[in-house]
Amino acid sequence: MGDAEFALRPLAVPQAGVAARPWLDRVHDWVVTVDHKRLGLMYILYGILFLVIAGLEATAMRIQLAIPNNHFVSPQVFNRLFTMHGTTMVFLVGMPLVFGFANYLAPLMIGARDMAFPRLNAFSFWMSAFGGLILYSSVVAASGLYGAGSAPDVGWFAYAPLTSSTFSVGHSTDYWIIGLLVSGIGSIGTAANIVTTILCMRCPGMTLGRMPMLVWLNLVVSSLILIVISPLTAAQIMLLIDRYLGGHFFDTQAGGSAVIWMHFFWIFGHPEVYVLIIPGFAIASEVIPVFSRKPIFGYAIMVAATLAIGFMSLAVWAHHMFTIGMTSYANAFFTASTMAIGVPTGIKIFNWLGTMWGGKISFTVPMRFCVAFLFQFLIAGLTGIMLSASPFDWQLGNSYFVVAHFHYVLIGGLVFTIFAGFYYWYPKVTGRMWNDTLGRAHFWLFLIGFHLTFDFMHIPGMLGMPRRIYTYEAGRGWELWNLIISVGVLFQAAGIFCWVMNFVFSYFLGPAAGNDPWDAWTLEWSTTSPPPEYNFGVVPVVASRRPLWDVKHPEDPDWKYE
Amino acid sequence: MPIHAIPSIFAPASTPAGAIHHLSLFVLTICGAIFLVVASLLVYSIVKFRRGDDDNREPAQIYGSNQVELAWTVIPILIVVVLFLATARVIHAVQDVRFPPDTMEVTAIGHQFWWEYRYPQQGFVTANELHVPVGEPSRPTPTRITLLSADTNHSFWVPQLAGKTDLIPNRQNSMWIEPRDVGVYVGQCAQYCGTQHAKMLLRVVVEPRADFERWAASQRSPARLSDGVAQGRHVFETTACVNCHTVSGTSARGTFGPDLTHLMSRETIAAGAAALTPENLRHWIMNPDTFKPGSKMPAMQLKPAELDAVTAYLLTLE
Repeated sequence: MGDAEFALRPLAVPQAGVAARPWLDRVHDWVVTVDHKRLGLMYILYGILFLVIAGLEATAMRIQLAIPNNHFVSPQVFNRLFTMHGTTMVFLVGMPLVFGFANYLAPLMIGARDMAFPRLNAFSFWMSAFGGLILYSSVVAASGLYGAGSAPDVGWFAYAPLTSSTFSVGHSTDYWIIGLLVSGIGSIGTAANIVTTILCMRCPGMTLGRMPMLVWLNLVVSSLILIVISPLTAAQIMLLIDRYLGGHFFDTQAGGSAVIWMHFFWIFGHPEVYVLIIPGFAIASEVIPVFSRKPIFGYAIMVAATLAIGFMSLAVWAHHMFTIGMTSYANAFFTASTMAIGVPTGIKIFNWLGTMWGGKISFTVPMRFCVAFLFQFLIAGLTGIMLSASPFDWQLGNSYFVVAHFHYVLIGGLVFTIFAGFYYWYPKVTGRMWNDTLGRAHFWLFLIGFHLTFDFMHIPGMLGMPRRIYTYEAGRGWELWNLIISVGVLFQAAGIFCWVMNFVFSYFLGPAAGNDPWDAWTLEWSTTSPPPEYNFGVVPVVASRRPLWDVKHPEDPDWKYE
Repeated sequence: MPIHAIPSIFAPASTPAGAIHHLSLFVLTICGAIFLVVASLLVYSIVKFRRGDDDNREPAQIYGSNQVELAWTVIPILIVVVLFLATARVIHAVQDVRFPPDTMEVTAIGHQFWWEYRYPQQGFVTANELHVPVGEPSRPTPTRITLLSADTNHSFWVPQLAGKTDLIPNRQNSMWIEPRDVGVYVGQCAQYCGTQHAKMLLRVVVEPRADFERWAASQRSPARLSDGVAQGRHVFETTACVNCHTVSGTSARGTFGPDLTHLMSRETIAAGAAALTPENLRHWIMNPDTFKPGSKMPAMQLKPAELDAVTAYLLTLE
C-alpha cells in the first residue's frame, strides 16, 4: 500500500445540468432520494429546524422564570413548554442529528458507495419526520382540557398515572404517544441499516480494527438503539391499551403500577442518554486527532471503553428512580453500576488528552468546540458521579441541579461536538469554506451563554429549587441565579444566529474548500467536495486506520505500527 | 419561631439531612480534586502544545501506551470503590435505621395540589403544615412519615430535614426526619404532578415538645363553633363546600380537600400559595385561580353576602 490508488478517479456518470432544471424537479429529487448523503443532510436540517423550535420553547420558559411570580405564561402553557422542549430535544433534535451524521459519514468513512438498504434509509427518515409532524400537530389538533388545541403537558418522561385518561383529558397525550411510536419505527430502521452497513459494506482492507473511531462509536450507538427503543415502544402501546382498551397496566386507581412505567421508560431512557452522547464522542474522536496532528491515543482501549459504556448503560437505569423508595440493596446496586460507568468514560477523556499531548494543536473553530467539550464533559461527568451517590441524589434528584447536569451532558457534550462536526465536515458537504470570523463569534457567544446559563443552574438546585415549576416565591435565595440563567439565553441565541447566518451565506459565498482542507486522514477526504453520488470512483483499498496518512507519508505509513 | 426561608441542602437541621450533607462534602471534595487534576492537564496541554505559526512538520506519532492507559484505568477504579463504600454506609444509615418504640408516626398523603397529614397516634387529620417535636441531644425524636398518594406522583422534599422521597399511588413509601433545631422549614413537591405542581409547598413546623403537645391537643378537639357566624356555617353546610372539606363535629365530612376543622391554626392557605389573611381567604373562596390557576377547588359562585358570611365562619375555626 502507499500509492494513491483510491485517490479520486471520477466515474463517467452523466450529471444533468442542475441549474437548468425547474425548482419543483429539484424538490422532487430530494423527496424521492435514497442517497445516504442527501438523507443524512435532511436528517441534519430537520434536527436544526427543531433545535430552533425547542430553543424558542426554552427561551419562553426562561423569560417566565427570570423573576419570581412572573406571569409571562400560564402554568398550563409552561407545562406544555417543558414537555415539548424535552421531547423535541431528545427525539426530534438529538436523534436526527445523530442519525444525520452517521448516515452521511459512515459509508464515506468505510469506503462504501451507499448504505446497505438505501430504500429503508429513506423510509426511516420519513417515518421520523412524520413522527415529529404528528407530535407538533397536537398544538392545533389535540383537543385538550383548556381549549381548542393543546400540546402534551405530561413531561417528556410522561410518568403514569398523569398520562391516564383520568388525569390527561383530551388527546394531547395520544399525540405524544403516536408521534414517538412512529418516529421510533424510523429510529429502528435506521439503526438496523447503520449496523448492517458497518458490518457488511466495508471496503477491502477495512477490518473492524481499522475502522475510524466515528464508525466504531456509531456501530455501538445503533446497536444500543436496536435494544432500547423496544421497551419504550412496548410501554407506549401498553399506555394506549390503558387509555383506549380498558387496560390497567399503569392505572393506579385499578391496581396498576406507576413504578412499572418508570422501569420501562428508564430502561429506554438511560441508554438513550448514551445514544445521544456517544456520537458526540465520535465526532470529538475524529476532530481532536486531526487538529492535534496525532493519531487517536489508545485506539483499542477507546473502542473497548465504548463497548463497556454500551453494555453498562443497560444496567444503570434505576438511578433515575433513587427517590421512589427502592430497597437499600437496589439503591446500592445502582449506585455501584452508575459509578462504575464513570471508569470507561474517564478513560475516554484521558485518551483525548493523550491525543493532544505532544501534538501540534491548531485552534480552528471545530477544535475550539472540542476543547470546550472536554472541559464541559469533565464537569458533566463529575456532577454525574455526585448524582450517582444515591443519598446525594435524594437531595439533588429532580432539582435544578439535575437540569444543569444533563444540559451539561447534552448541550456541553453533544451540541458542542455537533457544532464541531458541523464546521469540520461543512467544507466536505458543500464544497465551500465557512467564514472564520462568524465561526469564532458563534463559538465565544455560545460558550459564554452556555456557562452563564448552565453553570449557575446548579446553585438553585442545591438551594432546594425543584424542576418543572412554572414560578417560584421570592425570598428563597433563587432570584439572582435564575436571572443570570435567563440572561445566558440571550448569548446562546446570538451564537445560534451567527451559526445559521454562517452556514447559509457560506453556502453561496464561501470560497472553494478543496477536497481535503484539514489535511485529514480518513477516506471521506479522498473524494471530491461535495462527494459524487457514488462517493468513490474506485472503491478504495486500505491498509491502516489512517489511509490518507499512508498516502501522504509513504516513507512512514501507519500500517507498519498497527 | 425562626423561619428558614432558604431551603439549602448545605444547612441541614435533621439527622438524615446531616448524614447526606457529610457524604455530599466528601463526594464534592473528591470530584473537586479530580476536576483540578484533569482540568490542569487540559489547560497545560492546550497552552503547551499549541501549534507554532510556521511549523509545518508533523509531531511524533504516538499510538498509545499500555502503562499509561493501565494507570488511568486502575486509579479511577480505586476512586470508585472508595466512593461506593462511603455511599453505601450512608444508604444503610438512612434506610435501614431502627426506630425507638416511641417514634412519632405521621402519614402524609399527596393530593393535587396539597398535602394531607394524619397523626394516627394522636388521632387527628390536618393539612399542608406539618408539626413535629424537636429532638434534644439527650433524647432524639425521630418522626417516621408514611407516604401515600391519592392521585398522581408527588415527592416530599424539605431539604434541610431529609432527602426527598416520592409519594406514589398504589404504593406505600416511608421516610424519617429527626430535627435538631426549632423553626419553620420550607420545601415543596419535587415530582411533577400536574398543573399546579409549582404551588404545592411544604411547611414543617419543628417546635419544643410542650408546644407540640399543646398543638396536638387542640387539633384533636372538635371545631369550636361560635354562634355569631351561624349564617356562614349554614351557607358552608348547604353548598358544595361539604363535598370536599371536613369540619369535625359538623355535617361537613368531605375528604377531597383539606380538613378545615382548625383552619386558623395554619399560617397559609392553598398549600402555601398565600398567607392566611381574611382578604386572601375571601379571594380564595371567590376564585381560587387568583392564587393558583388550575387548582382543583372550583370558584364557588357565591353571592357577596354569602361569601362574607362563609369567610367569617371559616375565620372562627381556630
